[in-house]
Amino acid sequence: MNDTDNQPGPAGGGNGARVLRIRDLVKSFGERRILDGISLDVSQGEVLVVIGPSGCGKSTLLRCLNGLEPIDSGEIELKGEVITRPGTDWNRVRQRVGMVFQNYELFPHLNVLGNVLLGPVKVQRRKRPEAERDALSWLERVGLADRASSFPRQLSGGQKQRVAIVRALTMSPEIMLFDEVTASLDPEMVREVLDVMLGLARQGLTMIIVTHEMAFARAVADRIIFMDEGAIVEQSAPDGFFESPESERARRFLNIFEFSEKRRE
Amino acid sequence: MDLDFVIACAPLFAASAWLTVSLAFWGIALSLALGLLAALAGYYRVPILRRAAGAYIELARNTPLMIQLFFLYYGLPRLGILLEGRTCAVIGLTFLGGAYMAEAFRGGLTAVGRTQIEAGLSLGLNRVQLLRHVILPQALAVAIPVICATAIFLMKETSVFSIVALPDLMYLAKDLLKEGHSTESNLMLVLSYLVIILPVSLLFAWLERRARFAGFGS
Ligand SMILES: Nc1ncnc2c1ncn2[C@@H]1O[C@H](COP(=O)(O)OP(=O)(O)OP(=O)(O)O)[C@@H](O)[C@H]1O
Ligand SMILES: [Mg+2]
Repeated sequence: MNDTDNQPGPAGGGNGARVLRIRDLVKSFGERRILDGISLDVSQGEVLVVIGPSGCGKSTLLRCLNGLEPIDSGEIELKGEVITRPGTDWNRVRQRVGMVFQNYELFPHLNVLGNVLLGPVKVQRRKRPEAERDALSWLERVGLADRASSFPRQLSGGQKQRVAIVRALTMSPEIMLFDEVTASLDPEMVREVLDVMLGLARQGLTMIIVTHEMAFARAVADRIIFMDEGAIVEQSAPDGFFESPESERARRFLNIFEFSEKRRE
Repeated sequence: MDLDFVIACAPLFAASAWLTVSLAFWGIALSLALGLLAALAGYYRVPILRRAAGAYIELARNTPLMIQLFFLYYGLPRLGILLEGRTCAVIGLTFLGGAYMAEAFRGGLTAVGRTQIEAGLSLGLNRVQLLRHVILPQALAVAIPVICATAIFLMKETSVFSIVALPDLMYLAKDLLKEGHSTESNLMLVLSYLVIILPVSLLFAWLERRARFAGFGS
């Protein structure tokens, strides 16, 4: 890969083929500039973890990537296809970009299987028996094979989030976006969800993960992106980032976590 | 109490009850369709239709059914439009009911969260699929109690149909009253409405429980 832009290459994980290419992404809400010129590449199989203080624009960045937020300027490319031109068929793009939300957002009127099959059967028009086999094998892998006919209200938070992950995975997306998917969970349920994500990472799924779980970030990431005030301040390999962050802002940010760790003891 | 009279009149009451039920059925079914369309015009902010729907809802809810029927049956013929009594009844009931049903659907639609819609969009659902598989089922679950209450309200409103010369229950009862036997007639009138509305009420109560069960502990 020969990139003439001034973009650091992937720190590991990925095998080189570029899945996502973001250039000079700018996004404002009213007068306020929320994303201020983001440029970023993600390669096949790479796990990117985005961290940064609350309100710095992490969620907005993810939402721009699947068209939930329109952007002001800049360019996003998915596997070589520019998806930020006017006239982009977002329904098609969104089938290739999986999204998991902080509050699960399962459909309450559908049972687990119904939630998981809606995309493959209605959107991708796959044959139901085949899609169902696929869905059940995913549910089994996340330990929920026996909950296929349960309704969301009958599940714990951790179970709901695992279903939400499967719902995105059954679309066979080229990249998955996770926006603080453990932030609403009771502490004892965080692990089961992170374990699923770690498994997906090992298996070579391309992912962008926004999280405040620092130990998890370090374990799962190929590259850490540290954002502040709508810009990427620092990006580096996880060990380097957590042991000796380059920027003053990242140091201060990490200090906050250490302080709260100590206080909890 | 004249039991012979009651037995003699029973078939008459049955026939009138049947007429009332069938007119109510069509009025309610068409109200649901009209109400859904009006609510969707507002929900999707369809430029002109949205205004039209708003105006219609105000007009329909603020005029009595009796007046609407009067206009359809006695007013329209002067403009050269002659409608049968039954047609007037169904149109009138639909016109009135559509407005209330629209309000019921509107309440349901606004209850569907923005984030649920985003979850549907993120799966690649298009607008129609989103409406059909995500928005409507959830809106319906919320709207069901109001829809049921409106349906019952409309069934009771059928009691003014006699104004368009339909031999419905009220009409029959008034007719029999003229011949005396007021106690029996009144009793049978009340009974007939009970026989019609009670099963429907029970059905709706069950439906509301189902809707609540299908709902929202997410
Ligand atoms: N729809 C919106 N309209 C106006 N402002 C918004 C909107 N969405 C987000 N913002 C603002 O944009 C900024 C960035 O929001 P964003 O949700 O991307 O932050 P974040 O990094 O995800 O924060 P957190 O860690 O709290 O989730 C915030 O100041 C927020 O108030
Ligand atoms: Mg956020």
